[in-house]
Amino acid sequence: MIKLNSRTIQNEELFYGHKACGGCGESLAIRLAMKILGERTFAALPAGCMSAVSFVYPNMAFTNNAIITPFASTGAVASGMAAGLEALGIKDTHTVGFAGDGGTADIGLQALSGAIDRNDQIIYFCNDNEAYMNTGIQKSGLTPYGTKTTTSPAGKNLPGSVTMKKNMFEIVAAHDIAYAATASVGYLEDFMRKVQKAKDTKGTSYIHILAPCPTGWGYPTEITVSLAKAAVDTGLWYLAEYENGEFTLNRNPKEFVPVEDYLMKQSRFKHLKENDIEVIKAHRDKKWNMMRRKWNTK
Amino acid sequence: MNNKFINGDDAVAEGVRLARPHVISAYPITPQTITVERLSEFVEDKSLDSIYMHVESEHSALACAIGVSSVGARAFTATSSQGLLYMAENLPYASGARLPIVMMNANRALATPWNIYGDQMDSMFLLNSGWIQVYVEDAQEALDMMIQAYRIAEDKNVMTPMMVNLDGFVLTHTYELVDIPSQELVDSFLPPITMPNNSMSIENPKSLCISAGNDFNMEFKIKQENDMKNSISTIEQIDKEFEKVFGRGYNGMLEEYMTKDADAILITTGSITGTTRIVVDNMRKIGKKVGLIKLRYLRPFPDEYIRKAVENIKSVGIIDKNISFGYEGTIFTNVNSALVHLEKTPNMHNFIGGLGGRDITKQNLEDAFNSLLLSANGEKQDRIMYMNVRCQND
Repeated sequence: MIKLNSRTIQNEELFYGHKACGGCGESLAIRLAMKILGERTFAALPAGCMSAVSFVYPNMAFTNNAIITPFASTGAVASGMAAGLEALGIKDTHTVGFAGDGGTADIGLQALSGAIDRNDQIIYFCNDNEAYMNTGIQKSGLTPYGTKTTTSPAGKNLPGSVTMKKNMFEIVAAHDIAYAATASVGYLEDFMRKVQKAKDTKGTSYIHILAPCPTGWGYPTEITVSLAKAAVDTGLWYLAEYENGEFTLNRNPKEFVPVEDYLMKQSRFKHLKENDIEVIKAHRDKKWNMMRRKWNTK
Repeated sequence: MNNKFINGDDAVAEGVRLARPHVISAYPITPQTITVERLSEFVEDKSLDSIYMHVESEHSALACAIGVSSVGARAFTATSSQGLLYMAENLPYASGARLPIVMMNANRALATPWNIYGDQMDSMFLLNSGWIQVYVEDAQEALDMMIQAYRIAEDKNVMTPMMVNLDGFVLTHTYELVDIPSQELVDSFLPPITMPNNSMSIENPKSLCISAGNDFNMEFKIKQENDMKNSISTIEQIDKEFEKVFGRGYNGMLEEYMTKDADAILITTGSITGTTRIVVDNMRKIGKKVGLIKLRYLRPFPDEYIRKAVENIKSVGIIDKNISFGYEGTIFTNVNSALVHLEKTPNMHNFIGGLGGRDITKQNLEDAFNSLLLSANGEKQDRIMYMNVRCQND
């Protein structure tokens, strides 16, 4: 495995001229992933921000092969492409799916489960910006508690979303997938290392990357990376891997950065009251207790 | 000759084996199941060198085929009824992206009331999906059409996915003697897939299933429509070529049987054609001038051929194994629409029958013909008549 850093990744642009908003976390994640996966990569993207910003005829932003899939079908289309390439004897390629949080945890969960069940040779990315951003910021299964979206309004009666994030990483791991990881665009070297690992994995791999969205989260565009870092440092997101039947926590801070700073920088959380923040912290602590107790820690 | 006593589902599987798809995405649904079972056995015994994918739903079965076809490989899948409707979202994806996927559909009733038996409500639902739709009469035609279908779908002037429809149970589960052509003969007729300018490739990467806004969208759709309409000549030419190679053909878009001097004809699709043919023979023996048109393709719709075939006929009946609720049978609507261009249109009657697997007997067909002959004589007959039912129109 080559050591990946800003000097060793390819210079070729592999996600060129897309129309994403300034400060888009997802486009950063895809661009870096594509640089590591290389030009012999076949990409499948369902309905969502990344397909909307990269395939508007006649402007195509992928310089490699790429296809928009039916919304529910990232896993199935990617599996089909991988099988077709194998049958045609086209070697040394990678097949990758880039889906959003809704496309993964909600409508696309079945096809993803099928692909992992067959252990198809695909890499599946969940670009998690915690809501249906392309359709106008509606709640998804990965929207955290207390998030104000256009379908989970915050008011006198509700604090925004009342459910916690669906446990996608563990749902995927429960399939006993060959390789799964979580990542954040705040920790890019960790992310790139995981993409490289997925690239080298025989069988299905899954990377769930937290990718902040200035438009949907309500923050200035220049703080995407620092906010993604803060999500990890506050313990509201975690960096982990699943391989050979074992979970490993890649980062285990002794103390968390206060969640209030992270939350209050974003307009989607500005309405939160003290007791809501207590709910968020309690949920975080429960999760970390479990991870520290049951998972390997580095 | 290699004759085998097999059912319609088996015949499809034999045809698919001979067409050598690269990937089969399989999900079981009655009455299609035997096809995917048989294909799994062919892959196991290595008589078919394909990748067999156990997908988790019909939606994924077609999505997977889209993936396969997008990289330039040959894809096959099969479905029926609610499964076809579950796939529905993916059908225009495949046709709009011009992916030459071939799919078998075992025609079956739609819920509710829940029912596993055959009618044609399912495929009629998707007449507007941009897929070529062919309806076969028997197991031999089912096998032969699997081979023709790949030639048609992959033709560079067509590049359109194709749905081969078999009537559930009546065809899928009925055993017939079927000639299985040799692999050499099929190979000479159906070469390996080539996809000029339309598939992904390492040498020339592409983006597929793109967005096109109001500035370009109509042009894409109109090109698709033009190619679909023009596919009629390709379909006819490929059927003729098939006849030369295999010694049997199917008259392209539609088959006329005893129509030339007929006073009344029935228009049929699928397996009911065989029974109707016998009824025509019997009625001809007692001097009744009846005939039939076997409509093979519903998309592209052979409107010119229908006009030509019925222009001198007094009464025309259309058998529909479907209802477009709130109106009439779907094929009736389509045929009527074709005939408005005639100077003098025949008397038109719609016979709706066979829903949910209800029998259409020889007697029912004879009754239909007699009704059409009365109509031809100027006696008023209902525009829509249900066949073999306890209740009539209110």
